[in-house]
Formats: sequence, C-alpha cells, structure tokens
Amino acid sequence: MILTAPLAALGRQTMAFMALIGRVAIFAFQGLTHIFRPPFYGREFLVALLNIGWLSLPVVGLTAFFTGGALALQIYDGGARFSAEAVVPQIVAIGMVRELGPVLVGLMIAARVTSSIAAEIATMKVTEQIDALTTLSTHPMKYLTAPRLLAALIVVPLLVGIGDIIGIFGGFIVGIQQLGFNPATYIVNTVNFLQFTDILSSLVKGMVFGGIAATMGCYFGMNSGRGAQGVGAATKGSVQAAAVLILAANFMLTSLFFAS
Amino acid sequence: MIEFQDVHKSFGPKRVLRGVNLTVPKGESMVIIGGSGTGKSVALKCVLGLIHPDAGTILVDGKDATQGDRDAFLARFGMLFQGGALFDSLTVWQNVAFRLLRGSLKRPKAEAREIAIEKLRRVGLTPDVADLFPSELSGGMQKRVGLARAIAAEPEIIFFDEPTTGLDPIMSGVINDLIREIVVEMGATAMTITHDMTSVRAIADKVAMLHDGVIQWTGPVGEMDNSGDPYLTQFISGSAEGPIEAVR
Repeated sequence: MILTAPLAALGRQTMAFMALIGRVAIFAFQGLTHIFRPPFYGREFLVALLNIGWLSLPVVGLTAFFTGGALALQIYDGGARFSAEAVVPQIVAIGMVRELGPVLVGLMIAARVTSSIAAEIATMKVTEQIDALTTLSTHPMKYLTAPRLLAALIVVPLLVGIGDIIGIFGGFIVGIQQLGFNPATYIVNTVNFLQFTDILSSLVKGMVFGGIAATMGCYFGMNSGRGAQGVGAATKGSVQAAAVLILAANFMLTSLFFAS
Repeated sequence: MIEFQDVHKSFGPKRVLRGVNLTVPKGESMVIIGGSGTGKSVALKCVLGLIHPDAGTILVDGKDATQGDRDAFLARFGMLFQGGALFDSLTVWQNVAFRLLRGSLKRPKAEAREIAIEKLRRVGLTPDVADLFPSELSGGMQKRVGLARAIAAEPEIIFFDEPTTGLDPIMSGVINDLIREIVVEMGATAMTITHDMTSVRAIADKVAMLHDGVIQWTGPVGEMDNSGDPYLTQFISGSAEGPIEAVR
C-alpha cells in the first residue's frame, strides 16, 4: 500500500493532465468552428484586433529591437574567435526570423494578451456576466472566444513579421554604429541570405502561437474558479500554459520546417 | 407555467437539489426562499440551462426545457442577476438593449437605443445615464439597469436572483416595488429567489421554501405566517432555535 501510493498519485496526476489536454483540445476545436458559423460579432473582432495587434506593437517592437542588437553583439564577439565576424548580418537575420522573432513575440503575447483575456473572461465568469450572456441568447464561445481567436490568428503573424524586421533593424543599427559594418553591405547580405522558407516558417509560427495564446486565455478564463483567487489562478495558469505550449510548438514547427 | 419534476443536482459529494417538485403557474409571482447555499440559485439556473440537472425534468408550458430551439426558448426569459452582471465594456444603453442589438430580436441601432432609454425611464433612471459605463453607477443604479435589461425584450418569464442583496432598506423597497409593478404590468410569470422577507411580502403571490434540497412548504404569501410549518416559521422569525441548524 505504502509502495503503491506514490504510483497511484502519479497515475491520478497523469490522468488529470491528459483530461485537461483533451478538454483544451475540444475547446480549441469548438472555438475554431465558431469562427466560421454565424452570427459573427464584428465589433468584438475589431476590439480584439486592436487589443492584440495594435496595442502590442510597442512591447513587441522594443523586445525585438533590443534582442536584435544584443544578437549582433554576441555573434560578432563569438564569430571573432574563429575569424567569422562578417557573418553578423546573416546570423542576425536567420536567428531573428526563424527563432527569436516568433518565440519572443509569442511569449510577449502570452504575457500581455493571454493574461488580459484570461483575467477579463474570468472576471466576467465570477460576476455572472457569462451566465448573463447565455440568458441573452448569446453563445459565450461565439461572442468571447471566436473573435479573440480569429483576431490572434490574423494579427500575431503580422506582429511576428514586424518583430522580425525591427529585430533585424536592431542588429543593423548595432552593426553599423558599433561594429563598423557598411550599411549597404549589411542590408544586401541580410536580404540575399534569407529564404522564403525562413519567412514562411516565421509567419506560420506566429499564427500557431497566436492561436495558442488566445485559446489559453479564453479556456482558463471560462473555467476559472470563484472569487479574486479564482481570477488570479486562471490568469497565472493561462500564461504558464501558453508559454510552455508556445515553446513546445516552436520546437515541433522548427523540426517540421528545418529538421530535414 | 414552469414545473419542476423531481429535480436532482449534486456538485461532487454535495447533494444540493434532492428532488425538487414545484409548479409556478402562468402569470404568477413565485418567490423561493431558503438559507444561503440551499440551492435556490441552482434551481433557477437549471430552468435556463445554465446548470444541467442530474435527474428530473423541468417543463416550461408543458415542454421539456432542455429540448427544442434554445434561442427561441431563451428569448422568452429575462433575468436580473444578483450583482447585476452588467457588461463592463458596454455602456448602460448597450447593456439594456443587448438583446435588441443582435440575434433574432435585432432592431436598428436608433430604435434599440430608444427602447433602452424608455426601459431606463421605466426603472426610474434618466436618459443621461444611458451613455455611462456600469462602473460609473452606484449599486442601486446597477440593479435598476439590470432590471431594465431583463425587461427590455418584453419577456414572458422573468427571474430575479436576490434582487435586493447589497442595497440599503430604502433602495430595497424601491426595487421591490418596481419588480411588483413591472411583473403586474407585463403580466409576466416571475420567479424570485431571496432570503429578504420584506422582498417576499412585496413581490410574492406564492412562496416556496427550499430546505435540504426539497421544497419544504409552498403556498400563497398570505398563508405564510400561519403555515404551522416549523422550518418556515423559524426562517420567517429568524430564530436560531428550531429544526434548521444554525451554526454559531
């Protein structure tokens, strides 16, 4: 009995975790199907576009800019060890577009958007606003989840694209100001080195990460516990889950695009 | 008419409803009383499909509440939530006209706003509150807006969940009178849950007492004080002594 108790506890935790994955998957599927089925809530969609996209631009831009600059410094310093300082433009471009751009934007969206969606919807749940929606003949999945999910699927790839460009620009500024690169050469090397697959993988990652961020926010919000503690737990859980899933999905997508 | 037939509902090991049987005749105002946590809200939410009963049937005008077109079913109901449950992101008039701005009851925006302002007037609010946000209103005003939203689409059945909780006695009286007037004026069937006995006397045609997951007593409000039922008598008097266990 004493020996089997830890195994039983582990089994229970595993079962609960698998059940959670199942519930989240069903939730995500329902959210996606509601995007294509009327009624459509245009106002909610536009508000979500604004909140997820436009208002995230400053944080995404600053993160990408500083990361691009730091990346240029690191590559220059590391490359100097084997006389490969000249690869800075190429490695900054590939590093930003393939990995850092999508991942950092995804994590910033998880921090900024997932938390805000989860807290908002959880508060709505705690204050019976979700029940009120239902009694007013409005499906909460359709009114709350579908517009946010659609907006994230559209706008996060755009944010990733912008983040990639600003990140490369950050590397460019450091490259020409601090590391002595010729501006024209830097740009030519960057543009010539990037391939279509690099850009495509970046945007696909952005779309997947956007979907994860919005789904986690909505799922944890809709399933929040009671009171302020419930809202806090939902917000924390949503950000944790979104961040871990984004990093896991990034690994899988990188394997898919580049492992061969 | 709303009929509960042997309705059961448990949350984990906690059996909240243990066979509720109750009939709310059409056009009457039924008030369900009972202590906190006795399942009054659960019973109400079961009718609307917000909570699904484990067993038993709920009939609305003879039809199973869980069957048929859900939108058409819900369009017959209005509900005033305990905390108002107003949508923070929408203005007062958009809250009141929520149902009239979307779905099967959709009207042109100007007409919906006009109806919202008329309903706000009906509950004693002036048109200048229409463009405020719920967070800018007092508790009593939020209740009134919630009431205006509940009646905006002229529902046949209105539910009131603890309509006077958190309000001062004068505002409670105002809300009670408003509810009574509106229910009579609209000829609606009303179900109210409360533990405020002043509300009961102001709103009810009939009273039902929910205790231990079943209806302990039901009858006209006039017979409530002389019912002879020990549970009801203790509840009305607010005494700690009696069959209802009071934890001190």
